[in-house]
Amino acid sequence: MSITEPPRAVAEAESSALLTPPTPEVLNRDRALNVAGPAWLFLAPFLLVFAIFVLYPLGKSLVLAMQQTYGPGATEWVGFDNFANLLRDDLFRLAVRNTVVYTLGSMFIQLPLALGLAMLLNRPSLRGRGIYRLVFFSPQLMGLVFAAMLAALVFEKRAGLLNQALHWLVGFDLDFPWLQTHIMWTLILTSLWMYVGYNMVFFLAALQNIDKSLEEAASVDGAGPLGRFWNVTVPSIRPVASVVVLLSLIGSLQLFELPWIMLQSTPGPGNRGLTVVMYLYQKGFETGDLGYASAIGWLLAVMLIGLALVQLWIVRREDRP
Amino acid sequence: MTPPAPPTKNQIAGATSHPLLSVCVHAALVPLAIITLIPFVWLLLASLKTPEDFSGSMFLPRGEQGGYDLTRLTFDNYTRLFTDPSIAIGRAIVNSVFLASATAVLATFLAAAAGYALARFRFRGRNAMTILVLGAIIVPPPLLLAPGYQLLFDLGLLDTFTGLILPVAAPAFGIFLFRQSVQQSVPESLIEAARMDGATELGIFTAIVLPLVRPMIGAFMLITFLLMWNNFIGPQIVLQSPEKMPLAVVVAQMVGLYEQDYGLLMAGTLISVLPVAALFLMLQKEFITGLTSGAVKG
Repeated sequence: MSITEPPRAVAEAESSALLTPPTPEVLNRDRALNVAGPAWLFLAPFLLVFAIFVLYPLGKSLVLAMQQTYGPGATEWVGFDNFANLLRDDLFRLAVRNTVVYTLGSMFIQLPLALGLAMLLNRPSLRGRGIYRLVFFSPQLMGLVFAAMLAALVFEKRAGLLNQALHWLVGFDLDFPWLQTHIMWTLILTSLWMYVGYNMVFFLAALQNIDKSLEEAASVDGAGPLGRFWNVTVPSIRPVASVVVLLSLIGSLQLFELPWIMLQSTPGPGNRGLTVVMYLYQKGFETGDLGYASAIGWLLAVMLIGLALVQLWIVRREDRP
Repeated sequence: MTPPAPPTKNQIAGATSHPLLSVCVHAALVPLAIITLIPFVWLLLASLKTPEDFSGSMFLPRGEQGGYDLTRLTFDNYTRLFTDPSIAIGRAIVNSVFLASATAVLATFLAAAAGYALARFRFRGRNAMTILVLGAIIVPPPLLLAPGYQLLFDLGLLDTFTGLILPVAAPAFGIFLFRQSVQQSVPESLIEAARMDGATELGIFTAIVLPLVRPMIGAFMLITFLLMWNNFIGPQIVLQSPEKMPLAVVVAQMVGLYEQDYGLLMAGTLISVLPVAALFLMLQKEFITGLTSGAVKG
């Protein structure tokens, strides 16, 4: 095969170019053809799996969303009825509401705290900052499922660590029903414990990349700590911060395992812990309507893609001088 | 355990900070660190306690004459985990190790090869391919649950490990990471030179490209290993036979079965977490580099 010696082929193409000057386009195509073979060989295994297990189901989900199914076998075409029904579905509305509450909780409580921690840790003179970083990151090591297991026990009424500790410290009610009636706060607190260190790592990486001369220049110009924060730190970490916000939005809106495991494979009393993906799971795999589940999936996807586009738009707009 | 000292670009600015400030920072950080770690301590001790001691004490078991009695700690919960035939956690561990390793190796290899192709070859359709794959990053995995289940049903792959592994073996995010990693650390001139010397394309990939992106290989293998280790919804949907279930499902199911048996639940959770925590601590530098590189440099 000629693929082992493309440089010579390129050289030939270039020398022939001296005789009959080709357009740059032709030159490019020659070069491209020379290496296209191996490129596709390297791509092929990935693309094969990707096409079968990602692209095909993605297309199929559009078809499914227009159908009502009773298990994988029996289907009936219903057009946009699934979507129309979803918009009228009170449980779906509750699921969206709960998911949004959780998402706002993680946005406005967790991310500022993560940034605060990162700023505290971003001083090389601080002793043991490697240890702090590892400690705050450590809940992430548990993985979502096992963290949910531990959290379920921590928030238990009588035997749980939280009520016992609060009872011992301030005489808090040992029977306070975190999981039963305050599940949203329970989820927000658990995800705070789990992800604050994870997000801190991103912010810390961004803070360490800030050009120190900028901060020194700001100091020389008489900027106080607050001025340096707004005029140097915030603009410098904005690209990373926008990625962290987006990732955290995407993750929060797909909340499922945490409440599902903490509430022992139920949406909790009064569906207080019902989330969008949990509803999708229940409809698709408990009721057996893969069509309705796909419609929920598409509404979720549209929501996420919309958010990503908004984020992209904001970043683009701010990049402009 | 301590990660290596981070780059000291900002040594000068930090050195000028007041010693009192440092004390204040520690005063803020230490309580937060304790709150972060206390659930782990509780988890560990509860897994070593009998049910009576669990309800009788928050952390260390109390002795009969007051004070603490460390001799009351016991490995009974762990023994039960491995010997009670209705739990059979040993098989679940084997399943999880197999599933996570197979996925990590396969997904990393496929993503590295494809990311290299997109980063360092010029061919017709490359841009379209890049947009297609990177566009797939935004697809939320739950969207694929229903059609994926139907696909596996049609292919006869329900209740097989293959049906669990293949759908996550072509991660679009992996292509993104490897494409970027190749662009940053594999100079085009090096590849051209190797071609000039008559190296085969496969040879170039294995002998030049893979060693140069080694940090990303480590990070991505760990990321995919952890994803599969913690995969709960996938096995719930794809697998049916109890003996094929991984740890995440088996341990979560224990909650319903052994509701009041806190020590046993804690032991099961701890056993599930220890291997990945150990793996992470060994590879933590690569992991954090891989994790943040996309965000920071991208």
